[in-house]
Amino acid sequence: MSSIKIELRQEDVNKIKEICTSFNNDPQELINILHSCQEHFGYLPAEVQEVISSETDVPVAQIYGVVTFYSFFTMTPKGKHPISICMGTACYVRGAEKVLEEFKKELNLQVGQTTKDGKFSLSNLRCVGACGLAPVVLIGDKTYGRVAPDDVKKIIKEYE
Amino acid sequence: MHLLVCGGTGCHASESDAILWNLRDELEAKGLSDKVQVILTGCFGFCEKGPIVKVMPDNTFYVQVKPDDAQAIVEEHIIKGRKITRLLYHDPKTKEPVGDSKHMGFFKKQLRIVLRNCGFINPENIDEYIARDGYEALGQVLSEMTPEQVIEIIKDSGHRGRGGAGFPTGFKWEIARRNKSDEKYVVCNADEGDPGAFMDRSVLEGDPHSVLEAMTICGYSIGASKGLIYVRAEYPLAIHRLQVAIRQAHEYGLLGKNILGTDFSFDISLRLGAGAFVCGEETALIHSMEGHRGEPTIKPPFPAESGYRGKPTNVNNVETFASIPVIILKGAEWYKRIGTEKSKGTKVFALAGKINNVGLIEVPMGTTLREVIFEIGGGIRNGKKFKAVQTGGPSGGCLTEKHLDVPIDFDNLVAAGSMMGSGGMIVMDEDDCMVSVAKYFLDFTVEESCGKCSPCRIGNKRLYELLNHICEGKGNVSDLDRLRNMSLVIKDTSLCGLGQTSPNPVLSTLDNFMDEYIAHVRDKKCPAGKCKDLMEYYIIPENCVGCTACARVCPVNAISGERKEIHYINPEVCIKCGACMEKCKFDAIIIR
Repeated sequence: MSSIKIELRQEDVNKIKEICTSFNNDPQELINILHSCQEHFGYLPAEVQEVISSETDVPVAQIYGVVTFYSFFTMTPKGKHPISICMGTACYVRGAEKVLEEFKKELNLQVGQTTKDGKFSLSNLRCVGACGLAPVVLIGDKTYGRVAPDDVKKIIKEYE
Repeated sequence: MHLLVCGGTGCHASESDAILWNLRDELEAKGLSDKVQVILTGCFGFCEKGPIVKVMPDNTFYVQVKPDDAQAIVEEHIIKGRKITRLLYHDPKTKEPVGDSKHMGFFKKQLRIVLRNCGFINPENIDEYIARDGYEALGQVLSEMTPEQVIEIIKDSGHRGRGGAGFPTGFKWEIARRNKSDEKYVVCNADEGDPGAFMDRSVLEGDPHSVLEAMTICGYSIGASKGLIYVRAEYPLAIHRLQVAIRQAHEYGLLGKNILGTDFSFDISLRLGAGAFVCGEETALIHSMEGHRGEPTIKPPFPAESGYRGKPTNVNNVETFASIPVIILKGAEWYKRIGTEKSKGTKVFALAGKINNVGLIEVPMGTTLREVIFEIGGGIRNGKKFKAVQTGGPSGGCLTEKHLDVPIDFDNLVAAGSMMGSGGMIVMDEDDCMVSVAKYFLDFTVEESCGKCSPCRIGNKRLYELLNHICEGKGNVSDLDRLRNMSLVIKDTSLCGLGQTSPNPVLSTLDNFMDEYIAHVRDKKCPAGKCKDLMEYYIIPENCVGCTACARVCPVNAISGERKEIHYINPEVCIKCGACMEKCKFDAIIIR
């Protein structure tokens, strides 16, 4: 599993239990439970999965299987400002690749990595459905439309 | 008087909220709050020029509105009755402003059935849906019709599922009805995974009640009391509006126990996706809803026999459901008159890519690609030449100039080597390399393959590597045969729809753009100038004045030449960054 070892505080354990209870500890609600936990912790480390396992009686291996299957779930913490570049077809034909290259260059990051100071992480996603604004970049909840490679420096500056 | 402000994802991202608040503030300041209502609606479809504000009842259509324009709209339009010319849509050909939406080329050819309420009502207010005949179909069904009669109407209307494969909706319902069980389920597939397709998102954001009403009708018809909507987690606004709609429907007694005083009970809950394209396949979707990895299983058994929790389950997509209430109200005869012989009704398409009017459109089946791309879509951006249109997402194919006059329906698109899919249409121009496009889709499939069956897991990876090889200039002519053979094997032997259709982008580009593949493998050239490894930056001696600008900007000192003399790029050293070409003021540097 993940190489990061963390120690869960009692209040964290309680929070996970509370989330599981709100879904009746129902194994069929596993994905909704994982969504809620990731919303709370920002990611899903092995320790969190272990608590969910004991609450829902789903083997931890199976939970790990689900977490790693879906691209929405992550076992490593994301940056304070997660940057996602849309790689849907509409964005792709309007130059999203060049925008991604520029972000990689500016932040000296590869896709899936987080900066050392924990400020930015970089990922690509498939279509947010805002194709009218292609190419689209998401930083946290904010959407940037019609992004050109030249805009990248300016956008990053907003968060520094 | 009403001011409608678009609250779809695109316009929302361009501060349409701020426009809404500013308009309300301005009206308040002028004492007009009780005379003019400002309503946040769903998507108008004209995403290219968002954010959009529409003035009703005169249909004035303001585009690219900024929050600061609120004052002008209130003072000029509302108070003085003068349209604000600079905010009107300008016809790209005549350059003249168009006074109202009815005269815009974008809307003229459209027929809106599924999108009937998008852009007209506030999706978070059930009363507005009811005012436009909402829940009337449900009332009729529950009070006057037997389940068999409902299914008969849907069958008679010839409606086919809009999720991609085009299976007749009425028959699907009938099979689910026939299978006896103590519990059955209605599932709405809102896992819109095709990149570049956003019709389901717009319906859920703009008219969520139409889906709830149709699911309830379906529940009554097949004998189910529980509905589930599987919606992508990437669509937070759609999720929010669905939650609001479900709550309101409960308050009005349109969901829950004893709907409208009858003994029929039905409830709907949400299940969130978590970013897996394969979950659009119905068996994978059901596994995902049960909390498992979204891996498909062999059919039969079909979900209609054994689906969610092993019970008979009817799965339809969002657009399918959204057309049901209208069919019930207006009748099968009316619906049958729209469309082609084997594909009835309308289809929503998401136009995107290198097209002037990016947006969401709805046209009768049988409309030609030419009408969609050049009349509604306004043609190709920046006056470039049309090259191809990709339909059906990663499962579809690329159609060319010669297909432009094909009437669009399920069967014609398949015959032309593509498919309807969910309705994404990505337009490409002369600058797009079709080998790279095929590679792009294979990259997508490789990432999204669930890994369960080997033809899809390994075969697509090999296809991708081969395409990459070709784009890097390392391919040879025999690779093209290998591409085709491997594609056919993957198609024949994969377990689910994802694998069976994943080679389509390769096969259709091989069929339609063979010359481009040949150029890549034999001449080691990329005609569109997209494949980095196959291009060379070159200085045209006649145009070079020796200003040294290019040599100074080159990061690797690949350019040599004295001041006022012709410069030269050393291809061995050049890293093809393009900086010199951007810098040159004399158009002396080209890619060849």
